[in-house]
Amino acid sequence: MITIGLFVYFTIKAGSNFTDTLSLSSAAGYAGPYAAIGVGEVLLLVLAEIDLSAGQVFLFCPWVMYWLHGDGVPLLAAILIALLVVSAVGAINGLITVLLNVPSFVTTLATNFILYGLVLVESNQLQGSPIPLSSGSGFWSKVMGTGTWSEIIWVAAITIVMTVVFKRTRFGVRIIATGGNLVGAAEAGVPIRRVKIWAFVLCSFLSGLVGIVDSVKYGTLDPGNFGVDYILYAIGACVIGGTALTGGRGTLLGAFIGGILIGILQDGLTLIGVSTNVFFIYVGAVIIGAMAVNVQFDRLIARSRGT
Amino acid sequence: MSTDVPQPTNPVANGKPVLEARGLTKSFGALQVLRGIDLSLRPGEVLGLVGDNGAGKSTLVKILCGFHSQDGGEMLLEGKQVRFNSVEAARAHGIETVYQDLALIPQLTVYQNLFLGHELTMLGPLRFLNNRQMRKLAREYLDEINVHVPSVDAEAERLSGGQRQAIAVARAVRAANKILLLDEPLAAMGARESRLIINLVKDLAASGRVSIIVIDHNYAHLFELCDRVNVMQGGKITIDRPVHETSIEELTELMVSSYRRQLEQVREGGA
Ligand SMILES: Nc1ncnc2c1ncn2[C@@H]1O[C@H](COP(=O)(O)OP(=O)(O)OP(=O)(O)O)[C@@H](O)[C@H]1O
Ligand SMILES: [Mg+2]
Repeated sequence: MITIGLFVYFTIKAGSNFTDTLSLSSAAGYAGPYAAIGVGEVLLLVLAEIDLSAGQVFLFCPWVMYWLHGDGVPLLAAILIALLVVSAVGAINGLITVLLNVPSFVTTLATNFILYGLVLVESNQLQGSPIPLSSGSGFWSKVMGTGTWSEIIWVAAITIVMTVVFKRTRFGVRIIATGGNLVGAAEAGVPIRRVKIWAFVLCSFLSGLVGIVDSVKYGTLDPGNFGVDYILYAIGACVIGGTALTGGRGTLLGAFIGGILIGILQDGLTLIGVSTNVFFIYVGAVIIGAMAVNVQFDRLIARSRGT
Repeated sequence: MSTDVPQPTNPVANGKPVLEARGLTKSFGALQVLRGIDLSLRPGEVLGLVGDNGAGKSTLVKILCGFHSQDGGEMLLEGKQVRFNSVEAARAHGIETVYQDLALIPQLTVYQNLFLGHELTMLGPLRFLNNRQMRKLAREYLDEINVHVPSVDAEAERLSGGQRQAIAVARAVRAANKILLLDEPLAAMGARESRLIINLVKDLAASGRVSIIVIDHNYAHLFELCDRVNVMQGGKITIDRPVHETSIEELTELMVSSYRRQLEQVREGGA
């Protein structure tokens, strides 16, 4: 609710600068990665866990596809194997966190650095180019990223599917239960470890999937890109969207809208010609503002329910 | 011990034990909580378990329901040795538990909590929740057993302590089909609600389907509910009495003298 309000407010306020397709699409370009990573991240935040490596996974996945394809693996197979690899990264994050009782903050921080290092070593710090499909204008190129709106459509579709999973399936209830009361969920028979591991897998998988789309969109891979730049915005998107980091509550649609909001800010300020440095101040202000509004909103609901 | 005396309060409570523990031990680090628990629960029986705070009652229950695994000793379900690796595994054998901490999820609604671990799903492996059906059944069931909550869609966070407890008990009672373990099910309840839960448990016991272990610090409740009472002291079951053969006074007396004996043993051991 609050996020939608904020979203509308910002859109109206910045409206005149956003009327042409070009700037809207470039805003969506900024927003896509944040929203995509944010949507997966919400699952973990609801579990009272975190995945700091999701941004790096987003960058790593297309590299795996690129390397495999370069070695002669057919493109479809290369994509599927890359997705399997990042899913395995998620599984490793989950297994270490759950079985060794390492806080996921630490586990995924480590994974983040390892993946970054792998890219630097394997790429010899040379750019990855050309990315398959990125120069074509065929149907599959369009679908996989070169279409103006393809990335954001992917992210929107993921948001919708994952929202259904989160709200309407047993897995969703188990995530809320595990994050809301870990011991209680285990006592009630929820397989808390399995739930956590699958959430890590999903978060990695979704980040990797949109990572591939993003690489096709831009056509080159830069080994110097650092995932932390992405993950912090993605977590910002979650928070703006109304997900607390305390576990048990969260909204995927909120993370999507939060990501869009950050994208609009980033693009809008560039467009108006305001120094991009100011962008960071805005993002910070919006995060704090959204948090405050959400807390107030919760209080209001509590009061209206008479508690 | 007079274990073979017929149980006039509950005629079905005889025959081979449905659940049996032999020499169960459990330690948490250096703290040995259970030092060889021997316990048997007969079909249709309500067995009371008493003991001081920290005696290990909850620990025992958590072993019986698969939450903890024992260090030593064995468990028999209907004469067959079993070892549960999870709460799910125990549940699959018809064992349900009300935990002392209730195990409710504050962010889930009444009906979601009621069906937690027993969700009704559809579309096969996709496990889509059948929320409509769960809401309906939750409403009907809570009405039937006279538990009042603002709404089945209220989050557990917004319920009173007693309401929460009623939901936790209702969840287990509804699902239990062989054994029900109740760890202080009346702790947060007022007189009316206590009566309600006591009647619910009594009805269940009278049906003869389910055997029940109940932990409570209130002797009056236990004497009303139970066929038999076990006392836990020093990590063992020290007293085992059918309720119709004993009284609150005698039980208290036995507990005190048993403590005295233990103390003397400790002193002699130390001398
Ligand atoms: N998970 C655990 N880790 C470490 N120690 C534990 C754990 N669970 C219980 N204990 C310890 O085991 C002992 C027995 O605890 P338990 O909860 O079984 O007692 P209880 O008889 O149920 O007491 P009460 O009447 O207060 O509920 C206590 O000293 C407690 O501190
Ligand atoms: Mg206890």
